[in-house]
Amino acid sequence: MNFWNDPLKVAAEWLEGIFTGWGLDAVFAHVLVVFLGVLLLITVLMVLDIFLVWIERKIVARFQDRIGPNRVGPYGLIQPFADIIKLIIKEDTTPDGADKVVYNLAPILSMMSVLILWAIVPIAPVMLGVDLNVGVLFMIAAGAIGTLSIIMAGWSSNNKFALIGGFRQVAMMVAFEIPMLTMLLIPTIFAGSMNMNAIIQGQGSLWYFVLSPLGALIFLIAIIAELGRAPFDLAEGESELVAGFNTEYSGMKFGMFYAGELLHAMTFGGIWGILFFGGYRFFGLEQVSPFLAIAIFLFKALVGYWVIMWVKYTMMRIRIDQMLTFNWMFLTPLSFVLLMVTAFMNALLAGTPTWVYGIGMFLSNVVVGWIAMELVRSYSRREREKIEGPKKVAEAHH
Amino acid sequence: MTPEQIIFLIVAGATLVSGLMVVSTRNLVHAALWLVATLFGVAAMYAILNAGFIAVVQVVVYVGAIAILFIFAVMLTRRDMRDSGPQHNKNWWAGAFVSVLTFGGLVALFQSWAGFSKTAAVIPSGFDAVGLLGSQLTSPEAYVLPFEVASVLLLAAMVGAVYVAFTRK
Repeated sequence: MNFWNDPLKVAAEWLEGIFTGWGLDAVFAHVLVVFLGVLLLITVLMVLDIFLVWIERKIVARFQDRIGPNRVGPYGLIQPFADIIKLIIKEDTTPDGADKVVYNLAPILSMMSVLILWAIVPIAPVMLGVDLNVGVLFMIAAGAIGTLSIIMAGWSSNNKFALIGGFRQVAMMVAFEIPMLTMLLIPTIFAGSMNMNAIIQGQGSLWYFVLSPLGALIFLIAIIAELGRAPFDLAEGESELVAGFNTEYSGMKFGMFYAGELLHAMTFGGIWGILFFGGYRFFGLEQVSPFLAIAIFLFKALVGYWVIMWVKYTMMRIRIDQMLTFNWMFLTPLSFVLLMVTAFMNALLAGTPTWVYGIGMFLSNVVVGWIAMELVRSYSRREREKIEGPKKVAEAHH
Repeated sequence: MTPEQIIFLIVAGATLVSGLMVVSTRNLVHAALWLVATLFGVAAMYAILNAGFIAVVQVVVYVGAIAILFIFAVMLTRRDMRDSGPQHNKNWWAGAFVSVLTFGGLVALFQSWAGFSKTAAVIPSGFDAVGLLGSQLTSPEAYVLPFEVASVLLLAAMVGAVYVAFTRK
């Protein structure tokens, strides 16, 4: 066991040795080391978050045919630091009649709901916070804190735009939690476990994306909604609600919401990568060194983040009724059907060779997706005819 | 004192204090938020007891769904958001009496139970609590009937809610 095979464990043992050398009780030394480990992870994440601001701004600039930040430092890399200094020295305003404690607690909870997710994210085979046997459910629980923070921010601001934004966001998060939770059960069926590490280990021969492309797609839609990014950004809706639930926040409190959103997007990109694209696995490269595994995981997380950004800067905002109809009448039934079909096929194909299993699963996904699209198409055709009348047929005849 | 005991005392204290705040604060939204804190405390208690699944489900169901619905209902039905008006009735002493009585009764009941003063057995490594819970809930010899009855009850509640909310075109 040397440093290059398991760096965290070696470092933890070394530190524990130092602390017990100072005369500290072994149990307390262990608790202290665990605490320091958590602190280190959070620090790394927050520093990464600073660069995510730069990445996001550079990429949105490319989507919009601009260059993006390019004045401060090489490629504008110092720009986020300048932004942070600006946010910190900005006047911190609290609106009249705001509920002070709740108002100040909301941004902290928002950031917390993101950071807490990393407790269960396996960054490398030997590096994960908690090997929780219900890791998948833990994600939903962390999402509940995020929902709570937004409703707190919207209510405590004493501002009707903020309140409307908060209502919209919560309606959306509560709604999209259902397809998200249902799709989380699909990797659970494949791996036979809710443990994140077991899900990654189960993707040795085939990524779950291959087994369930439709599941991966629905999960992506659900996480984008959970993030509140375009096309589901109606809680912010700057053309109608100023800035939605965070209208009244200024300075670093706004910064917390903003940084939390970016880190959340990257975290969900990483979780998408873990659940459907093998996490830190990449043709056995993760066995070579944990540092390589971290690089692979980070790469997949950033690709997932890029896909989320790609959607955000390409789609326009949808209305709340469209959003709710889309979720409750299309996505939720579809995800239930997909879950049932996947569970059924899993029982049917149990014991068959991997390629039969893979092809069977893939085809069942294609069939479910195709039937769903046909149903939607005929429904929308009927709706169109109801409004426009059956004139399309008459035109075709003459 | 071991770190586990310290953590237990902190969690238990926080849970009790926030539980007390739920019933004593005048602002309904604050009461709901304190309720969230209480539910988190209970979830932490489950986690200390090595019941990870129940802890997470506690947060998902009670915080993620029920408490959020409480807050929603309060926000949608109260016109004044900072409602701190007079109490509806003055029966707080009766409530306090009943809760003290319940607590005392539970303590007395547990005292007569043999397992009360014993140290819990150490859970062997590789003990699949979630799998066991799942098979117990779906096995005909165990709890499949109560489980299904509860599901049907929830379904009936859902159908009823849809019926009440449904507007005929």
